Amino acid sequence: MSATQIKFYQVGSFAVGNRLLRDDERSVQSDPDRTNALTSGHRACQGCGEALGARYALDAAMRATGDQLIAVNATGCLEVFSTPYPESSWRVAWLHSLFGNAPAVATGVAAALRAKGDHTTRVVAQGGDGATVDIGLGPLSGMFERNDDVLYICYDNEAYMNTGVQRSGATPPAARTATTQAVGAHPGNVFGQGKYLPKIAMAHDIPYVATATIADLRDLEAKVERAMTMRGARYLHVLVPCPLGWGSASCDTIKIARLATQSGLFPVFEAINGEVVASSKIRKLVPVEEYLKLQTRYSHLFSPQRNDEVIDHLQRMANKNIERYELMGE
Amino acid sequence: MFQVRIHGRGGQGVVTAAELLAVAVFDEGKHAQAFPSFGSERTGAPVVAYCRISDHEIRAREPIMEPDALIIQDASLIKQIDVFAGLKPGGFVIINSAESAEELLLAQKIVVPHSIAILPATELALTHLGRPVPNAVLLGAFSALTGVVSLASVSTAINEKFKPKVAAGNVAAATAAYEYVMKQVATHA
Amino acid sequence: MLRQVEGSKAVADAIAACKPQVICAYPISPQTHIVEGLSQLVKDGTLPNCEFINVESEFAAMSVAIGASATGARAYTATASQGLLYMVEAVYNASGLGLPIVMTVANRAIGGPINIWNDHSDSMSQRDSGWLQLYAENNQEAVDLHIQAFRIAEEMSLPVMVCMDGFILTHAYEQVDIPTTEEVSAFLPPFAPRQELNPMEPVSIGAMVGPESFMEVKYLAHQRMIDSLHTVQKVADDFEEQFGRKTGGLLRTYRTEGAETIVLALGSIIGTLKDVVDELQLDGHSIGLVGLTSFRPFPYDALDAAVKDAKRIIVLEKAFSTGTGGIVTQDVKEAISGMDINCFTVIAGLGGRPITIESLRNYLINAMVENIDCLTFLDLDTHLVEQEIMKERALR
Repeated sequence: MSATQIKFYQVGSFAVGNRLLRDDERSVQSDPDRTNALTSGHRACQGCGEALGARYALDAAMRATGDQLIAVNATGCLEVFSTPYPESSWRVAWLHSLFGNAPAVATGVAAALRAKGDHTTRVVAQGGDGATVDIGLGPLSGMFERNDDVLYICYDNEAYMNTGVQRSGATPPAARTATTQAVGAHPGNVFGQGKYLPKIAMAHDIPYVATATIADLRDLEAKVERAMTMRGARYLHVLVPCPLGWGSASCDTIKIARLATQSGLFPVFEAINGEVVASSKIRKLVPVEEYLKLQTRYSHLFSPQRNDEVIDHLQRMANKNIERYELMGE
Repeated sequence: MFQVRIHGRGGQGVVTAAELLAVAVFDEGKHAQAFPSFGSERTGAPVVAYCRISDHEIRAREPIMEPDALIIQDASLIKQIDVFAGLKPGGFVIINSAESAEELLLAQKIVVPHSIAILPATELALTHLGRPVPNAVLLGAFSALTGVVSLASVSTAINEKFKPKVAAGNVAAATAAYEYVMKQVATHA
Repeated sequence: MLRQVEGSKAVADAIAACKPQVICAYPISPQTHIVEGLSQLVKDGTLPNCEFINVESEFAAMSVAIGASATGARAYTATASQGLLYMVEAVYNASGLGLPIVMTVANRAIGGPINIWNDHSDSMSQRDSGWLQLYAENNQEAVDLHIQAFRIAEEMSLPVMVCMDGFILTHAYEQVDIPTTEEVSAFLPPFAPRQELNPMEPVSIGAMVGPESFMEVKYLAHQRMIDSLHTVQKVADDFEEQFGRKTGGLLRTYRTEGAETIVLALGSIIGTLKDVVDELQLDGHSIGLVGLTSFRPFPYDALDAAVKDAKRIIVLEKAFSTGTGGIVTQDVKEAISGMDINCFTVIAGLGGRPITIESLRNYLINAMVENIDCLTFLDLDTHLVEQEIMKERALR
């Protein structure tokens, strides 16, 4: 008699860890012996997406490397809220140098390990979108070009948050920031600008480029672990909503990240040596409006009246992503 | 102290000439200080290099204003810049040229009697080296005219600097230049 | 071993003998031959267990050195002029984090206007950065100072800049004795960092320090710099004991006994000044020379001792503070305050302007009888500048 496949909904992809899961199916976060690389006591805002993302990513990296990891951090929210001297909430070897040099510093750490004959300890560099796409782009490109053995993780909250929510090269069109105010003929950030770092990374033909969000914990962990099986320059771009900067409820952080993926605005995919090899399919397509409505940085698109033109433009961008990265389907 | 100033154009190995001379002097157990004067770095632009030679430690680093010897690697410079500026009375002049002193109008440029050697160093280089680079060649002439450093030391320096085949060519050319100038000196003695 | 070699090559060989583990540099005239030399030594295996990183900017160069040094590797870089300015944020970061990086500064003028030739404006601009600054008189000293620098840096947990005049020293061929790797190893122990990034004992380096602690942190750095006066001299003494020659240290004096006038200078001009002093003494003048090797930390006490019997000090500088005057002069005046000594400044050699024995002699003959201004720009085309100034003022 053939066995009947019974689907246990309790073990869907959102299950972190549960009695019905095999050990290898459990997420790092379900492990009571996880590192807690970014432990409690840090000063992040309630609902901070970056704090979540950093803990997830580094715990996964620590497990993947058998705790043989050194982390280099750029200046930004993450560094500021995690190391108010004389306290530190990092439980990994951690170095913060400057705003624009995290990739180069990580290159130096990796070089030192090689020179000392240490081929086990691995290096992770991390920074926000400002540090990554703007001021650190030169060093990041250098790191990519040399194929230095570093995993660079960008926590993208789409603006310079720690300094008061100013526009960065990653700020999406129409978003309000302190330097792209919701006034004038084109309120918010203008269309036609901005850098999409995942494609820039892919253009360097580095071994691994991937995007992820904090809405899909296991996907994020798997990508970090996959990245750590490889050597050379690797790049992970993680969307991390910022309640303060985005004007959203602190309880909506994960929900907003999910809506970003389900609308197509933030495509989730992997690329090997510059070619897209896989993408996460949209389970339940939503119109971009559902995503935008939850954030007051877009409130000028809805009040005093709905700005059809801009919302339609954003919808077209999402549709283009869906097509380009094949986000619909199995 | 014996001070040498070398004039040439970018790409003719003027700086290398000063270096080789310094190494030759060092090989004879004396002190040498060689350094270039950088103008705009491009092939063909006038370049000057200096070499001070002494039995004692050399401390001063000013450009050589009153040379005891001049090596002119490119005779076309004579019309362009005052290569002979500051030349000491009784000083030595080595000029790379196939022309004669009269053709070069030297009498108008150098008033006080000096020891002058004019030789077709580029041609010698082409013959022995296959390339029109006269720098090492002229050091053979320098050795013959001034006696400040021996041909053997110049050859040693050449062998230390270049790969065997190139070195051999340069040594042969330098030797030919040495003999050429020695003959010239003997003729005018 | 005694060799007739280009200054840059000598420095490269000296660095290699110190067994650095990470070398990262971006090319800029006139430092290029140093890093080219090191690149060759790493590539052909002469310098093993060393990673040579071709970086994309000077800012990256110092940043790579920071990462490497923090991970417990001996790190080295080199730059000049614009390159030094481009990495300034990281320069301050390195000293703030207490990382014993050694860097060659092949002294070159800072633009604009762009100028590739020698003066001291680049390193002088970083005098407040918390780095030690040692100036080489000749290529032998350049070699020796780099070796001493690693030891000083690692003992003090402070980075050290070794300054050598661009082109004048870097591109000069002179006789140098370059110690072997074995000789240097006997002098320079392996790098034992005060703290390092180690997964077995994780630390957080580079925390944010607030108003409640920042002053204390900075004061400690200040005190450490002062304490390094002792280390600079001690390391030089140890070097003399092992290698048999007197190089490095805080300062040196030349024929200052009983000298009424003392000239003070840094770097390669000291050599030329020695010849000038000899000539002037031969003519019966009472003049001597102090060559400053350590500019940071500034050797106030050693300088006082060297000049205490003089009537006047002439400070010759290859940089100046626009609108004000000498830079080294300020520290000299501080050193001699309360002593009955007059102080004059002569700015010379800016942007590579040759400093001739004749000009120096003429200036000093007047200086010895104080027939000079407080501030002189040597060999200035006064007629030209006066015309220009009048023109400019007329337009305003």
